[in-house]
Amino acid sequence: MNMITKGLVGLRDWVDDRFPLMQLWNDHMGQYYAPKNFNFWYYFGVLSLVVLVIQLVTGIWLVMNYKPDANLAFGSVEYIMRDVSWGWLIRYLHSTGASAFFVVVYLHMFRGLLYGSYKKPRELIWILGMFIYLSLMAEAFFGYLLPWGQMSYWGAQVIISLFGAIPWVGETLSLWIRGDYVVSDITLNRFFSFHVIALPFAIVGLVVLHIIALHEVGSNNPDGVEIKKNKGPDGKPLDGIPFHPYYTVKDSVGVIVFLILFAGVVFFAPEMGGYFLEHNNFVPADPLKTPEHIAPVWYFTPFYSVLRANTVDFFGVPGKLWGVIFMGLATMLFFALPWLDRSPVKSIRYRGTLYRSALTIFVVSFLILGYLGLLPPTPGRTAVAQVCTILYFLFFFLMPIYTKLDKTKPVPERVTG
Amino acid sequence: MNKLITALALWAAASLVYAAGGHGPALLDANVNLGNKTSLQRGARLFVNYCLSCHSAQYMRYNRMAADLGLSEEVVKDNLMFASDKIGDTMTIAMKPDDAEKWFGVAPPDLSVIARSRGADWLFSFLNGFYLDETRPTGVNNLYFPDTAMPHVLSELQGLQVKHDADEQAGDHGGHAGPSLELESPGKLSPVEYRQATRDLVSFLVYVGEPAKLVRYRIGFWVIAFLLVLLVAAYLMKREYWKDVH
Repeated sequence: MNMITKGLVGLRDWVDDRFPLMQLWNDHMGQYYAPKNFNFWYYFGVLSLVVLVIQLVTGIWLVMNYKPDANLAFGSVEYIMRDVSWGWLIRYLHSTGASAFFVVVYLHMFRGLLYGSYKKPRELIWILGMFIYLSLMAEAFFGYLLPWGQMSYWGAQVIISLFGAIPWVGETLSLWIRGDYVVSDITLNRFFSFHVIALPFAIVGLVVLHIIALHEVGSNNPDGVEIKKNKGPDGKPLDGIPFHPYYTVKDSVGVIVFLILFAGVVFFAPEMGGYFLEHNNFVPADPLKTPEHIAPVWYFTPFYSVLRANTVDFFGVPGKLWGVIFMGLATMLFFALPWLDRSPVKSIRYRGTLYRSALTIFVVSFLILGYLGLLPPTPGRTAVAQVCTILYFLFFFLMPIYTKLDKTKPVPERVTG
Repeated sequence: MNKLITALALWAAASLVYAAGGHGPALLDANVNLGNKTSLQRGARLFVNYCLSCHSAQYMRYNRMAADLGLSEEVVKDNLMFASDKIGDTMTIAMKPDDAEKWFGVAPPDLSVIARSRGADWLFSFLNGFYLDETRPTGVNNLYFPDTAMPHVLSELQGLQVKHDADEQAGDHGGHAGPSLELESPGKLSPVEYRQATRDLVSFLVYVGEPAKLVRYRIGFWVIAFLLVLLVAAYLMKREYWKDVH
C-alpha cells in the first residue's frame, strides 16, 4: 500500500515538474472557493456538463453504425435499434439526451435571470453561455435531420426555406445551405459533418471558455453578494468553501437524482408521448409527400410560435420576413441583458415587484408560445401567440425602464445561507 | 420543495400536452400486452399468413423473432417462414414496389415500425374498421382510414360488416354520436375471437416496431434501483462533509 502511494505521489510530482497539474487542480477544484449558499437552481450547470458528456460518448458509438446516406440512413437507425448490441440503449440515451440538454440549459439560463448572474462582472460568462446555447440549437437542428424520417426531412425543409425570406440573396442562400434545390443526400452529408465534427468542437471549446471565465471572477449566488469582498485573515472568502470536496459531493447527489429521472425516460418513455421522438419520424423521408402538420421538436417551439405570429405586412416588408427577423431577435436579445438591466441589485430576493412581475409574465409567455408552437395554427391561437410575442419582447425592450424604477431592498453584507 | 416541483413539472410538460389530431371517429383501445408470449406467437402466425405477402417488415429478422417469442428456429422455419429460407434473413417480400403500385395504386408500406408511427390503437381500429362499400374497387372501405387502398384481407376470419350512419342510429341508441358497424355475414371467427385475433396481430406489430421493448422495462427497473441505492450513499456522504459548513 505504502509502495503504491509513494509511486503515485512520485508520478504526480514527475508530471507536476513538467505540467501545471496541481495548479490547474487547485485553481478549478481544490482551492476554487464557491459561495456556500448555492440552492436547487445551481445544479443545472453541472447537469449541462453531464448531458454534454452523455451526448459526446453516445454520439461516438452511434457514428460507428450510422450511415449518412439518403438511401441508408433510416435503415441504419433501425439497424442500430435492433441488430447492434445495446444499440437501442445508446440511441435512446442520445435522443433523450438531446431533449434533456435543452431542459437543463433552459433552467440554467432561468437561474441567470433569477439571480442576475449576467450582471457585472459576469457579462462575458453570459455571452459565452449564449454562444453555447446558439451552437446547441444548431447542433440539435443538424442532428435532427440524420434519422431521415418525415419530420427530419420536412422540418429541415421548412427551416432552411426561412432563409429564402431574406430579400435579394435569400433564394441563393437557401440553395447554398441545402446544396440542392430540395433537401437531399448532399444536405444530409453536410449536416452530418456539422453535427459530428464542427459543432461538437465549438461547443466543447466554448464550455471550456465559459468555465475559465467563471472561475476568474467567481460564482454568483442566490443573494447576489460578491463573496470576494469579505475575506478572512487567510485571504479566503469568508462565505466561500472549496469546490472540492464540498460541491463535488453535493453535485453527486444532484447528478444521481437527474440520472434517475433521465433513466425513467430512457427506459420507460423514450418517445415521451411523441414529443422527444415524433411519431411521424418513424415514416421514412419522402420528398413527394408533405405531412399535414409540421412541428419542430419542443425545444424550438417558442421561437417557431414567434415566427408564425407575424402575419401582417408592414413598412412594405412581408409578414414572413418580419417573422424571421423577430425569431432571430427573440434569441439574440438575451445577449443584451447585461446592459438592458439597470437595477443596482442582482438577486430577485432584493428586487421589487416590477422585475418580479416582468419575469413572471416573460416566463408564462415563453411557455404559452412553446405550447402553441406544437399545435397547428388557428385564428384564435395565432391571436394568443401575437399577444405573447409582444409580452416576450416587452420584457427586453422595457427592461431599462422598469429595472430603474423598481423599488429594491437593501442587499446584506454577507450571504444569508 | 416548491421549486423542485416546478422543475419536475417543466420536465414533464412535454408529456402533458397532447396534440389534438382528432378528426374521425374515436379509436378503439388495443389493450396490447407484450408480456403475453402466446398472444405474440398467434400474432406472428397471422402476420406471416395474411400480411407478409404484400407488406414487408424489412428490419425484422426471423431468428430474432424466434429468440424473443420463445420459439425454436425449427418451429419458425417450418411454420412461419414462407417468404425466405435463411433463419437470419429479414422479413422481406418478393413483390416489387413498382408492381405493387400498379396493382394497388400505392405500394403497401413496410410494417417494421408501423406501430410506432400509427400507434397500436389506430392499427387495432383499422383492422376492425372494414365495411362493405360498393363504390370502392376492393368492395370495402374503412371507418378509420377512409378510401384505403387495402382490401379486407382478414374478411374470411371476420366476415363482412355494414356501416350504419349516425342518423339511423339516433333512434335506437339515443346518445350515440358516430357511425357504427354491424356484422352482416359472419366469418370463421366469432366477433369476440376476431377482436382477440386482431389484438394478437397488433401486439405482434408493436413488438416488431421495437423488439428492445421486451427488455428495456426489465433493465430500466434495475438501473433505477441501483441509482436509488447510490443516491442514499451519496446523500450520506454529502451530509457527512457538510457537517462543518455553517
